[in-house]
Amino acid sequence: MASDTTNGVKQNSTVEIKGLYKIFGRRPKHFMDAVKEGMSKQELQEKHGHVLGLKDINLSMPAGSIQVVMGLSGSGKSTLIRHINRLIDPTVGEVLVGGQDVCKMGQGALRNFRRHETAMVFQKFALLPHRTVINNVVYGLEVQGVPRDKQETEARRWIDRVGLSGFEDNYPNQLSGGMQQRVGLARALANDAPLLLMDEAFSALDPLIRMDMQSVLLDLQTELHKTIVFITHDVDEALRLGDRIAILRDGEVIQEGTGQDIVMEPADEYIQNFVKDVNRARVIQTESVMKAGVHSGATVEVSDSANLQDAARIMSDAQQQVVNVTNGDGQVVGHLDLETTVAAIVKQERRHTTPGSEFSA
Amino acid sequence: MEWLTEFPAMDKTALRALKKGIDGGFRAWTREHGDTVEAFFEPIKQMLIWSEKFLLNTPWPIILGGIVLIAWLASRSWKITLMTLITMVLIGYFDMWDNTMRTISIMVVSTFVSIILGIPIGIAMSKSDKLQSLITPVLDVMQTMPGFVYLIPVVMLLGIGKVPGLLAVVIYAIPPIIRLTNLGIRMVDKEVLEAADAFGSSPWQRLKNVQIPLAMPTIMAGINQTIMMALALVVIASMIGVKGLGQPVLQAIANQYFTLGMFNGLAIVGVAIIFDRVSQAYGKRLQSHSEVVHGK
Ligand SMILES: Nc1ncnc2c1ncn2[C@@H]1O[C@H](COP(=O)(O)OP(=O)(O)O)[C@@H](O)[C@H]1O
Ligand SMILES: [Mg+2]
Repeated sequence: MASDTTNGVKQNSTVEIKGLYKIFGRRPKHFMDAVKEGMSKQELQEKHGHVLGLKDINLSMPAGSIQVVMGLSGSGKSTLIRHINRLIDPTVGEVLVGGQDVCKMGQGALRNFRRHETAMVFQKFALLPHRTVINNVVYGLEVQGVPRDKQETEARRWIDRVGLSGFEDNYPNQLSGGMQQRVGLARALANDAPLLLMDEAFSALDPLIRMDMQSVLLDLQTELHKTIVFITHDVDEALRLGDRIAILRDGEVIQEGTGQDIVMEPADEYIQNFVKDVNRARVIQTESVMKAGVHSGATVEVSDSANLQDAARIMSDAQQQVVNVTNGDGQVVGHLDLETTVAAIVKQERRHTTPGSEFSA
Repeated sequence: MEWLTEFPAMDKTALRALKKGIDGGFRAWTREHGDTVEAFFEPIKQMLIWSEKFLLNTPWPIILGGIVLIAWLASRSWKITLMTLITMVLIGYFDMWDNTMRTISIMVVSTFVSIILGIPIGIAMSKSDKLQSLITPVLDVMQTMPGFVYLIPVVMLLGIGKVPGLLAVVIYAIPPIIRLTNLGIRMVDKEVLEAADAFGSSPWQRLKNVQIPLAMPTIMAGINQTIMMALALVVIASMIGVKGLGQPVLQAIANQYFTLGMFNGLAIVGVAIIFDRVSQAYGKRLQSHSEVVHGK
């Protein structure tokens, strides 16, 4: 194996993207200067017939966390994730995985990198239709040249882990969409790679099954601590899964931060549109809206990582107007009153439904 | 005003000289390299002789059993198997067994040669747009040129017999397999290919695990067409000494033996139907996993 393994978790799978540009067309390099000087995606396309895929992407994804990339269709999400395992070559820029520049690898090194350091899950599953479930799941190991019996034990373990025991010898077309994507997930996990790339992996599934798959993924992640890059156009999915979320528009990152950052301080109208229907009570944590100091009148406490919905429930259950906020060690770090809580929950709606009003300071 | 009624053609003597020059050049080349060319085709000749001998010298019940078994294994259909059995029995009963064996022999060998050459050419073509634009017109010419025309240089080179016959059949029958291999590979789902790449497949692994299997139904359709075209050329090939069901047909045309021609013609049709149905059923079986049957 290419990298060391500790507790089953490979090290050094941070992803850093620096100054990444991608222009699609016959002479991408030729238009680099113009794009750097601010030529818009639209102008480049209409006047020069080139497509601006990505523009000056800088992202740093720490190892062991879930980075969500969100954006509307055509915003460059798939293009971005395909640079990480270099299914697409950049026009300029660097993609560092575990400190290694993926774009500078030769054919052999790239193949090794893909075999051992990354695995990918696809929107339309991309399973091999002529192979049974188990023979799909072994694919990564087979390509690596792992002995057949080891391939099978590993594959069976992951098939079991994603809840598909008993379907080993079925063909993909005999399974429902949700089950097929479980196969896709098992195939990626069997690879034992520290970096998992998921391009709209759950977007093709029905809402209930999608929620189900999100739970499967979160459940696995508490155990595996992989670095996961997860693409979605669904804000609820982004908020549920993402430790951090980057938002793309026309190939540019327009905001990057935690789910809370984005819900509380949307950088512009595009993002406001994304988050306007989000249940803020469930996203915003007490810590970010609490006031400093202990409130002597408070008789109940709430954790600083609890959300506003929990805080409101605690207050209403105790018939109190105020609650003290405690950190992980049980120390009181601030307090929160009902009025602030409600204001934080409804703030977005007010701001959105009265655009251009005096509410801005 | 003569130039209006007569097309201003090339001067007659010049044209004659041109044709003579080309023919002379080709003949000289043939005289010089004929032996090398013949040596080159020697293995194919041996293969043809061997397969014909095998089919003719093995007792007929074994061959009949073999054909029926292959039909069953490939199609898994009682109907097709039974039809194969009846057709072969009728052919034998009307005393056309030996000629049918000769025809099957040259067909099997020429289909085999077409596959061995055609699939790699089709693969190469699928990998390069330039190669595709080069080969496509050549295939067009090969398919539209009347069969008789390229019998001429083949006969000049190799004389009359099995090998030139096979060459003529292969030239005529190989385009579909090349075309459909190319098409099949180009049509493979892009996302599945991306998956193969994302897991670090080498070009060979990608070809063997993804491209060929997913293109297989299309390739099988090409093989089926190749077989049919090979059969269609059997009568023409018999003009240059290929023995089999084609020869009695030619004889029947020359001497106006209606029944002889009819019987042999029907035997060719029978063999064609067997090959067609069996290879198609096999192709369909290969494809069965690609059909969408959710929640079966
Ligand atoms: N191979 C390509 N050639 C030209 N344009 C492309 C290519 N791939 C993607 N694009 C363009 O780049 C933009 C981003 O595409 P994509 O990354 O697929 O978006 P998303 O995944 O967010 O829907 C789109 O405008 C798309 O049309
Ligand atoms: Mg996409």
